[in-house]
This record gives sequence, structure tokens and C-alpha cells, in this order.
Amino acid sequence: MKRRDFLRGVASGIAIGTSGGIITRPGFANTLSMGPSEMPLGALESAVLESLEGKKPLIKRTFRPPNLETPLAYFNEPFTRNDVFFVRYHLANIPKVNAQTWKLKIGGDSVNKPFEFSLEDLKKNFEQVEIAAVNQCAGNRRGLVQPHVPGIQWGYGAMGNARWRGVRLKDVLNKAGLKKNALEVAFNGADTGTFAKIPDFSKSLPVWKAIDENTLIAFEMNGESLPHWNGYPARLVVPGWTATYWMKHLSTINVISMPSDSFWMKNAYRVPLGKFPRLEKFDSQATEVNTPITEITINSLITNMDDKRSFDIGQSIEVKGIAWDGGHGIKQVEFSTDDGKSWWIAQLKENLGRFSWRQWHFQFTPHEQGAYRILVKATNQIGAFQPLQLLENPAGYHHNSIQKLNILVT
Amino acid sequence: MKLWFILMSFLVNNCVLADESDIKLKNGSGKDLILANCVMCHSLDYIQMNSVFLGRQGWEKTVDKMIKVMGAPIRPEDVEPIVTYLTKNYGE
Repeated sequence: MKRRDFLRGVASGIAIGTSGGIITRPGFANTLSMGPSEMPLGALESAVLESLEGKKPLIKRTFRPPNLETPLAYFNEPFTRNDVFFVRYHLANIPKVNAQTWKLKIGGDSVNKPFEFSLEDLKKNFEQVEIAAVNQCAGNRRGLVQPHVPGIQWGYGAMGNARWRGVRLKDVLNKAGLKKNALEVAFNGADTGTFAKIPDFSKSLPVWKAIDENTLIAFEMNGESLPHWNGYPARLVVPGWTATYWMKHLSTINVISMPSDSFWMKNAYRVPLGKFPRLEKFDSQATEVNTPITEITINSLITNMDDKRSFDIGQSIEVKGIAWDGGHGIKQVEFSTDDGKSWWIAQLKENLGRFSWRQWHFQFTPHEQGAYRILVKATNQIGAFQPLQLLENPAGYHHNSIQKLNILVT
Repeated sequence: MKLWFILMSFLVNNCVLADESDIKLKNGSGKDLILANCVMCHSLDYIQMNSVFLGRQGWEKTVDKMIKVMGAPIRPEDVEPIVTYLTKNYGE
């Protein structure tokens, strides 16, 4: 048997369990697949479980640049382990950065004193802080968008929750001194395209977000150095905002008085104006029709089972999951076992911080045979809740519609 | 759970690093142009993954983006056969 066939075999029959995870019973369809069945067929067929150096097998979407997502069952833990944390790159030249010689350059036309910091300087000269935060790709769940839109066809796993340790970007910028005309703070990382014409991946933040006390230059996640594939030796952490801003392998930070003209700001990662509820605005990059994606929208996910599993009648079923948003915090998670006719309140677990996801669970016992549809709806502290239908947008961002999970009771 | 651990340790210990050489695109006229023009920047699973839902127009738009935005050095006369290959083999 070829290795790929073996991996496929494993993938279709056995759930990727962590301790306390689930063992999947044969349902009326494939159990752990390479993603939900509504994803494009080509995306499901071309996916394999693959290990990058230092990583456990993850669901490979593309080899080069590497884009791999975390299998569902790992989301049963409050924090996502570093060796299963998802990997997302736009550009294929990804150097292994030497932390001994690495330097972070702070410059731009809106700083008073350009600076260079070594990793040791950063760790020694600034107060270290740690924050729990969800890191979620703007295009997470793009593969579930109907009609399908081109791009990386992610399932549920282009996200993770971690404890990020580093220094405040604000403190580092203050050392360089911001001029009054500072408009945006632009970031670049060590990865580059395979040839010069490919637009280099650089991003910017409005100054107000860059100097938010929660925005960090992080060098650790979950108590360890950042893995290479997650931005070693230092990356930006922008709690509440989508992962596109969380620049990996940080190399330069420029404070600028004009809007960044990076392709990845002007053309990519934009959402139609007025389409999404959005409090955190990025005015210097907005046009009359669209605006950069900013904060993560309210969302939830069932983590201890995938679609189309079967259960015995009268058996108590425990459903576990997580809920998260862009930093307001989770107020309530409701569930329905009758396709939305009646709703009940799920139990929330410990609050790990407003940027972290929050675990929840509920139990129910089906007393009739047949198909059940389970719905879960999260509401945040400012009253925003998940929509029933996806809010369409050209690039398939912000997929946060209510998950509908089918089970069969026999 | 025991079987699970055996399988996982097999996967962890025996998985080689990411290997795109296993990707086999469908045979057809124009495949040589795909191999000549696309592989220099990205693995070919980008094509498989984005199927089957793009029509001819969708693939045209994608190839156009690769040229105009990503700087792919595709000769003008190769664009039509590339789009035709993608539409025929990976189009709706």
C-alpha cells in the first residue's frame, strides 16, 4: 500500500483523538474526512495528512507555499498545542531565521529615532506580558462558502488558541518615538516570493491599533519558543484581529505617514463596506466600496464530533465545543437539537480571557429514532450573535454562520 | 485508544517531509504548459484544490491574476491553452 493510501485509510476511519478526545463510531458517512462534505471535491481529494518538520500530521491543503490546517479533535483542548497549530504562508521562500543574528529594525518616516533590536534586547529591555488569544485566518472555512470562491479551501482548522508571550509593540514604538503625523505601522517578515515580481507580504495597522496595550511582539507561544512554522523567532500578535495581521518572522516595522500601498493591504483581505458588523475601523485604508478586514466575527464550533455520526436511542450524548469573537468575550451559547425550533442554553467553562476562545458543553438524550440536526449559536458581550446564513463576500472571509450538524439516532 | 496510539506513532515517525512530487495532474493537452509555468511559484495542488467549481471565466480570471498581480511570466500565446486545460480538466 502506498503511503498516501495508508494515510487516506487512516483518515477515513479513525478520528485524530487527543487525550479525552473522541473515538469515532462508523456513521452513515465517512467519519473524519479531510473536511466537511460540502467542501469542493477537489479540495477533499487533494488533501492528505502531512507532517512538516516539528509538526504532527496536519491536513495539507497545499505543499508550497505550505498551508496546513489543524484536525478538528485537537480543538477539544483549551489551548492548541504548538505541534498541531495551523500553518499558513503566501510566499514560498521561508528562511530558517537564526535568532542569534536576528535583528528587528524600527524605522519609517514617522519615527524620531530609528532603532534595531536583537531578540535579547527585546526580552531584557521591555516588560514581558502574556495574553491568551485566538489566531484565526481571515479565510477559515472558505471551503464551506457556497457558491465556492477560489483561494485556499480551508475547513474548520485554520485557527488555534494560544498563550502568547512577548513585549508590547507600544513600548517598542515609544522607544523610537512617534511623530505627530504617524498614520500606519507597517510590518514585514523574512519570507519572500520565489521571484522578484511576486508582491512581498507586508501588512499595516492603523496607529491606534498598533499602540493598543494588547498588541504584542511575541516570541513564545504556550510557554515555548515560537515554532519555525508559526513565526520564529518573533511575530506580531494582534488579539481580536484576523491572522493576516499577525506577521511571522518579523524583520522590519515602519511607522509611516502615508497609507501602505502593499498589494496585501490595497487589494487582498478586503471586505465590502457595510456588510459586516464592524467596530474596529481602518479608515486610512478604506475606499468607497471596501475596507480591510479587521476584527474576528462571533463564531462557534462543535469540537467532539463531526457530521453524520450515529448514536443509540436513549443514549446520553455530550456535545462539546468552543466559542470566540474579536475580543468582547462570550456571553452565551445556545443550542438546538431540533433544527432551530427550540433553543437551550449550553454551559460555559472557565473564562480564559476575552481574546481566548471559551469552551462549552451540553448533554441531551434522544428518545426517538431518526435524523437530528444540532445547531449552536454564540452571542458575545455586546449582543452580536452568529447569523443563520453566511454573509457573502467575494473572497469568502468571515465564515461564521451557525453550524448545522446532523446525527442519526437508531 | 491503543490502536490510535500505534497509528499515530506510525504517522509521526514515518511521515517524510512535505512532498509535492506525488501530485498527479490529469493528462491532457496543455498540461506541459502548466508544468512549465505554474510550478516555479507554487505546488500544483492549488489547481486540484480549487476544483470543481470554476468555469472558463473563473479560470481566466485566476490565470490573469497570476500574470498581472503575481508576475507569472506566461507568454501571451500560452494563456489560451492553459485556460482551456484548466477548464476542461478542473472546471465545472
